[in-house]
Amino acid sequence: MNTEYKVVEAGHVLEEMQQLRADGYHLIQQCATRIDHGYELIYSFGRELEAQNLKITLDEDSSISSITSIFPCAFVYENEMHDLFGVDIKNIVLDYHGNLYRTAIKTPFK
Amino acid sequence: MSKRSVIPFGPQHPVLPEPIHLDLVMEDEKVVEAIPSIGFIHRGLEKLVDKKDFNEMVYVAERICGICSLGHGLGYSEAVEHVMDIEVPSRAKYIRTILSEMSRIHSHILWLGLLADGFGFESLYMESWRLREQVLDMFEEATGGRVIFSIMKIGGIRKDISNEMLADFQKRFDKMEEELKDIAKTFLDDVAVQSRLRDVGFLTKQQAEDLGCCGPFLRASGVKRDIRSTGYEAYGELDFEPCYSEIGDSYARTEVRIKEIFQAFDLIRQAIAKIPAGEIDVPVKGFPNGEYLTRIEQPRGEAVYFVKANGSKFIDRMRVRTPTFANLAGLTETLKGCDLADVPMLVLTIDPCISCTER
Repeated sequence: MNTEYKVVEAGHVLEEMQQLRADGYHLIQQCATRIDHGYELIYSFGRELEAQNLKITLDEDSSISSITSIFPCAFVYENEMHDLFGVDIKNIVLDYHGNLYRTAIKTPFK
Repeated sequence: MSKRSVIPFGPQHPVLPEPIHLDLVMEDEKVVEAIPSIGFIHRGLEKLVDKKDFNEMVYVAERICGICSLGHGLGYSEAVEHVMDIEVPSRAKYIRTILSEMSRIHSHILWLGLLADGFGFESLYMESWRLREQVLDMFEEATGGRVIFSIMKIGGIRKDISNEMLADFQKRFDKMEEELKDIAKTFLDDVAVQSRLRDVGFLTKQQAEDLGCCGPFLRASGVKRDIRSTGYEAYGELDFEPCYSEIGDSYARTEVRIKEIFQAFDLIRQAIAKIPAGEIDVPVKGFPNGEYLTRIEQPRGEAVYFVKANGSKFIDRMRVRTPTFANLAGLTETLKGCDLADVPMLVLTIDPCISCTER
């Protein structure tokens, strides 16, 4: 059995976030997975006990908008994705600029 | 106008056994903003999927943390079992549930001890940890380990717990429950304790929801959300309601955790009464292929486990989102407006587990 995802284009992520926020969802987690020539990002949201998962495919050289303007707590997940995988996320409200994780080598999961 | 200054708090601090750093922006003695920093000891355990096969990763998951080890083994196993469409035998589900509640009891009592130590009540701290030791003894008898249990496996559990041993545990838990009432009374009624916990570190229901908080930290702000209510493992066959408080201060967080310890005794009682006979595991054939994201309720809150597998014995990605990681944003909000002297206590009230966070 696999988790069901709603596939979202990277360029439409903020609209989707606004809708989820309006529908009363909270952020559960965000994470990245390395794939050939890019990343798969999974954003999970919850309402009561229900969970909804979004999947965004991102090319290696592309960037994605931060969702911290809509879900402020996303700053920890987005800084994590940047520091471990090198995902380029624009306009994180609290941006650690690569210093959330003090790893021996930069972007070790890339 | 008050003068602003920045005080560094941590990563080494007497009340913090693990490294987390906060930059506290102060106006005189009041905190106006707190900026957290973690990552001092990040171990990159998730990356070990490249070197350990999907069965061996159960042991890696358990080693994420010494307090939450059982839950990490369980959460990872559940995610892989979903990918592989494995139905775990009922007896194994009950034993997993009993062990999860034992884990909750020892984790919450450990936290109570640390809290007492934090506000300088040494005898209460010692008494709490004396009680916790009894749970570790039972873990050792049941699994052979006191910290890392190695009882979880994909498809069930490695070792059965006999009905005689469960009956013996039940008697010991009954006795422990009586002993805990004395400690709970001190935590909840003592004037000196209340003076450190009441009316500090407020987090409203709306803030807790908006900031993605979880666990007792969330429920103490009036949100009745407990992932055990989804009915994973044997929880769907047990009768319980999430413990919560409407107040949202440090006292409420203490009260919720104490209620959850008593609730765990009740859940263990129910599970022991209902546990069926039968197999404890099923054979696992082939390799996982697919992806699944599952959630369980660890003692510190909702933990998320994501597995992506490609049909080989090495999975592509294992991701663990720990409760403390989710509660960092809520912590910074509770610190706003508090006195500098209350910062260590407020950090403690989220029950931070940096070992989990630095997986």
